[in-house]
Amino acid sequence: MAEAPGLIKAHELTKRFGDKVAVDHLSFTVEPGRVTGFLGPNGAGKSTTMRLICGLDRPNSGTATIGGLTYAQLARPLHVVGALLEARALHPGRSARNHLLFLAETQGFAPRRVDEVLDLVGLRAVARKRAGGFSLGMTQRLGIAAAMLGNPAVLLLDEPVNGLDPEGIRWVRTLMRQLATEGRTVLVSSHLMSEMAVTADHLVVIGRGRLIADSSTNEFIQRSSDRSVLVRTPDADGLGKLIVSAGGTIEPEDASAGNGTDDPGASADDGATSIVVTGLPAPRIGELAASASIVLYELTPRLASLEEAFMELTADSVEYGDSTARAATQNRPSEQPSEKPSERSSEERSMS
Amino acid sequence: MSAPAATVATAEPTGGDPAGLRLMHAEWTKIRSVKSTVWSLIAFVVVAIGFSALIALVISNTWNSPGNHPNHATLLNDPTAVIFGAGLGLGQLAICVLGVIVISSEYTTGAIRASLLAVPHRIPWLVAKGAVFAALVFVVSAITIFVTFFLTTAILRSHISISLGQPGVAKAVIGGILYLTVLGLFAMSLGGLIRHTAGAIAIVIALVIVVPPLVGLIPGTIANHVHGYLPTQAGQLVAQTSQQSGDVLSGWQGFGVFCAWTVLLLAICGALLVRRDA
Repeated sequence: MAEAPGLIKAHELTKRFGDKVAVDHLSFTVEPGRVTGFLGPNGAGKSTTMRLICGLDRPNSGTATIGGLTYAQLARPLHVVGALLEARALHPGRSARNHLLFLAETQGFAPRRVDEVLDLVGLRAVARKRAGGFSLGMTQRLGIAAAMLGNPAVLLLDEPVNGLDPEGIRWVRTLMRQLATEGRTVLVSSHLMSEMAVTADHLVVIGRGRLIADSSTNEFIQRSSDRSVLVRTPDADGLGKLIVSAGGTIEPEDASAGNGTDDPGASADDGATSIVVTGLPAPRIGELAASASIVLYELTPRLASLEEAFMELTADSVEYGDSTARAATQNRPSEQPSEKPSERSSEERSMS
Repeated sequence: MSAPAATVATAEPTGGDPAGLRLMHAEWTKIRSVKSTVWSLIAFVVVAIGFSALIALVISNTWNSPGNHPNHATLLNDPTAVIFGAGLGLGQLAICVLGVIVISSEYTTGAIRASLLAVPHRIPWLVAKGAVFAALVFVVSAITIFVTFFLTTAILRSHISISLGQPGVAKAVIGGILYLTVLGLFAMSLGGLIRHTAGAIAIVIALVIVVPPLVGLIPGTIANHVHGYLPTQAGQLVAQTSQQSGDVLSGWQGFGVFCAWTVLLLAICGALLVRRDA
């Protein structure tokens, strides 16, 4: 058992509710020191998996361990794992302070730790008010306070930004990044890809209880991207012939994408045409253009957004999607306006 | 709300308290920090003392009315049954409600998830909860029963003298306290089995006040024995001063039967608690 104390390991985890398989032979690990996004459509089994890790539900088969131990084997569990599982995991008639106080008492923590976490989440002023009167955002903050009570090495956060205002969302993001930087394990579930794109270093994607992807966020986007290249040139015909003879395919860029990525005025003025090339990498296109002395105004490898990559991967595993929505994702027109690469890279910089 | 700076801190365990004491301390914080506890206990104390005193006043004021002499015989034979009958018969329902709520509210509010994240071992959790709740009911019942006893005996003093020194009276008073304490645990185990407050309360109250008289209506000795072994029917015998004709069990035997029912239900509750998802 020489595992890092914060390493979460799910091994062949399976949970059935009656006939329905919620989690299906799911195996993955979550490493300390980074934010791991736990992604999947609604009903994919994210919450159930988190409940299995915490011992709230019993798996039908398989194991989930934290640092090599099951949750029940942890002597003071809140000292090792802090979990925000569902927004309402508290008695509405109990004050915020008493909720945290009884949790602290189960672990033998000093009552002043309760005040510390109340300060941490900014609920000190309402500590003696009934938790039932709290807004969703305040309830989430109280849940985060409870998770932080034991200063744990592992944090499991199930949709932590649900119901938070923009300021609260930013606060949770910053907190998660800080906790990961401190070397803790942070597993955060979400069905919002855009949220994960700016928060998570690593992604575990599941659909219908099964593992779909387990990779770094960048890798996930790269692997799932269309691998198309946007090219803008005044000599589209000439370049097009070269590309086709080199084995690529071309299609005119659709108008909506053009509006999204370019200044429309510029494209009108410079007389250039935008085409989308698939089947050839950007450097090869650049070489072809140079060999024929064709001027390029733009040569942009297109990355699918995380949202698109996710839709593509989970299109078959949407539990409650209606059939038309599913068909739409599968036969999606090749392009939706993708984010500008420059924006994405700045987000990545701010992440690290 | 500022930058999340203070994540480092004093979350080191402070006390060398044994785990059992920590759990009981936490359960005490839980039970005292919700209003349903306070209101249930106030309802119990007020109803128990109020109704017993009211009945005692009625008996006292109508003492010399013609036709009341059979009551005098009952009162002489089993004074504590008369003294406690009205007040505890109703007041015990508040203990039943509180017993159910103590555990079912964890499920209906979702607090069970926070509880079991902190205490993943469910049997120690149930034992700590039961111990704290039983201790609370014992103390409140003891105060209520002694107040009821001294108040009603004072009201009746001009007609009949009842004291703790008389045969069976002290046993009946202690028995009443013990009966209420075990009744609390009986209700708690059903709350843990059924998990829904309304459903569990309905079933407990049916078992306590609806089923016994219905079974009592069935003629025959078998029915008579079934009736005598019903949980609360058996349990209440210990609060009588003397055994009545028709009782199939003695006071302590009846209390033993009630305890056996309660232990059985708690065991089932514990087993299901471990097996079921929270």
